[in-house]
Amino acid sequence: MIKVEGLTKKYAGITAVNDLNFTVEKGEIVGFLGPNGAGKSTTMRILSCYLSATSGRASVAGFDVASQSREVRSRVGYMPENVALYPEMRVQEYLEYRAALKGVRGRRNRQRVNAVKELCNLRDVDQKLIGALSKGYRQRVGLADALLHDPDLLILDEPTIGLDPNQIRQVRQLIKDLGKRHTILLSTHILSEVEMTCSRVLIIDRGRIAASDTPEALAGRVRTAGGIRAEIRAEPGDLEKALAALPGVRKAEVEAMPDGWYGCVLRTDAEHDPREEVARLAAARGWALRELGREQVNLERVFAEITQSEELR
Amino acid sequence: MNFFTLLNREIRAYFLSPVAWVVMFFFLLLTGFNFYAGVAALNRGPSEVTVVEAFFNTVFFWFGFVLIFPLITMRLFSEEYKMGTIEPLMTAPVRDSQVVLAKYGGALFFYIVLWLPSLLYFAVFTRVTRLEAAGAAGPFLGAYIMLLLIGMFYLAVGCLASALTRNQIVAAIMSFTVITLFFFTGLLNFFLLNVTPALRELTAYFSALEHMSEASRGFFDSRPVVFYLSLTVFVLFLTFHVFQSRRWRN
Repeated sequence: MIKVEGLTKKYAGITAVNDLNFTVEKGEIVGFLGPNGAGKSTTMRILSCYLSATSGRASVAGFDVASQSREVRSRVGYMPENVALYPEMRVQEYLEYRAALKGVRGRRNRQRVNAVKELCNLRDVDQKLIGALSKGYRQRVGLADALLHDPDLLILDEPTIGLDPNQIRQVRQLIKDLGKRHTILLSTHILSEVEMTCSRVLIIDRGRIAASDTPEALAGRVRTAGGIRAEIRAEPGDLEKALAALPGVRKAEVEAMPDGWYGCVLRTDAEHDPREEVARLAAARGWALRELGREQVNLERVFAEITQSEELR
Repeated sequence: MNFFTLLNREIRAYFLSPVAWVVMFFFLLLTGFNFYAGVAALNRGPSEVTVVEAFFNTVFFWFGFVLIFPLITMRLFSEEYKMGTIEPLMTAPVRDSQVVLAKYGGALFFYIVLWLPSLLYFAVFTRVTRLEAAGAAGPFLGAYIMLLLIGMFYLAVGCLASALTRNQIVAAIMSFTVITLFFFTGLLNFFLLNVTPALRELTAYFSALEHMSEASRGFFDSRPVVFYLSLTVFVLFLTFHVFQSRRWRN
């Protein structure tokens, strides 16, 4: 469905996308994951024909984005990162206008507008001025817009940004449902979003693909990156040595806490989970143990792990 | 088909924005006063000019006239760039040329609507005075055709200025400057002493004042028609290319 070869985009002075290569098959839900400024939005804008690439080629459904741009655009539903709408129009009016612009006219126009209003829960607000809508509703109007012409490919740039937790859950469910009929490329920097919705993940860093994997495999790496966290009260020198000696532990960091306990972080190999051993060790040595679990990881850390270690590419 | 969808939205956008109504209000005030002043001047005694001529060749008329184009056109592209609505617009399967022409068409439509009430002045004048001076087809048609021609060119200039920047004020200043320059080229004859005949002829060719004064007397000259139509096409062509270049500039 998407084929990107050697895609490069340079803005004045900076290279936003650098020799990017990837393909997306029909029916996949692919998550585009990367820190801010990694080139996600730029790539999506090129695929939706909003920007032209500096060099390289990209095609959607067999049509070249540069030379057959209107064929591409009529097959792509694109939701930009900042959904910009005409504030003086009503939701209904806007959707009818957008559908007509995408070649959906006559009776089908009404049908499609009704269908997307239903999908995106816009029934209650369809007579409201867009300027008076909350961020969450505007986001949904943007998504509804992308769906109007029943496109083969949906490109969603951070579709859940700015939504409240309930809305996020709804949108993720919606994306999952849409994935049964459409190919989807979505970008995010929320890891759990990718895990929940995508069948494959592309990690992009400094304009290049750093990794391409299933969310499960990625989650595995994330756990490795995160490690195990424990809070123990014991003799510090002893503690560090004993923890580092456990099987599978690459490194143990011990840090004193203000109340006399020690916070320990264990870095492990991917296949090892030493939590059981830690508990057994504490029991055997008579240490007090008040917390044992996986460390909460943030995305920054995963990126650091993935983009810095060559073997993972 | 897309062109009409876009045109429809452009026209609605005008009439849904307060700026349009403010422009219309003050423009009517100005042209109304201008008409009153023209009639008052004719009242003072015998005169060789018709009311049409008196209306279209005063400072009041020209001043308001030059000012409305930046106001009408400044938002066309700049607003879409600034709000970001250009992104959904251009990722829909529309041609760049359709967008440019629809925006220009919307502006032209608004410009024509702006002038419609002035027809009423002349209708009222003819009715009240029972003079057919104003109703004579020559000056009347001439003046309105010239109004349309000059307007077409100045609107195209405004379109180009708006396509160049995301800042409406900058767009307005650019188009105002260019339009005033074109306008005052025609006035050079009044300011420069010792003008050579060649220069006089050249500036006359540019002079909107001259074109209007001729047309409102009922003279038909094909030169200004060609002049304004070709410039309009040329400037719209430039607008199209500036608009297209955004894909690389961003």
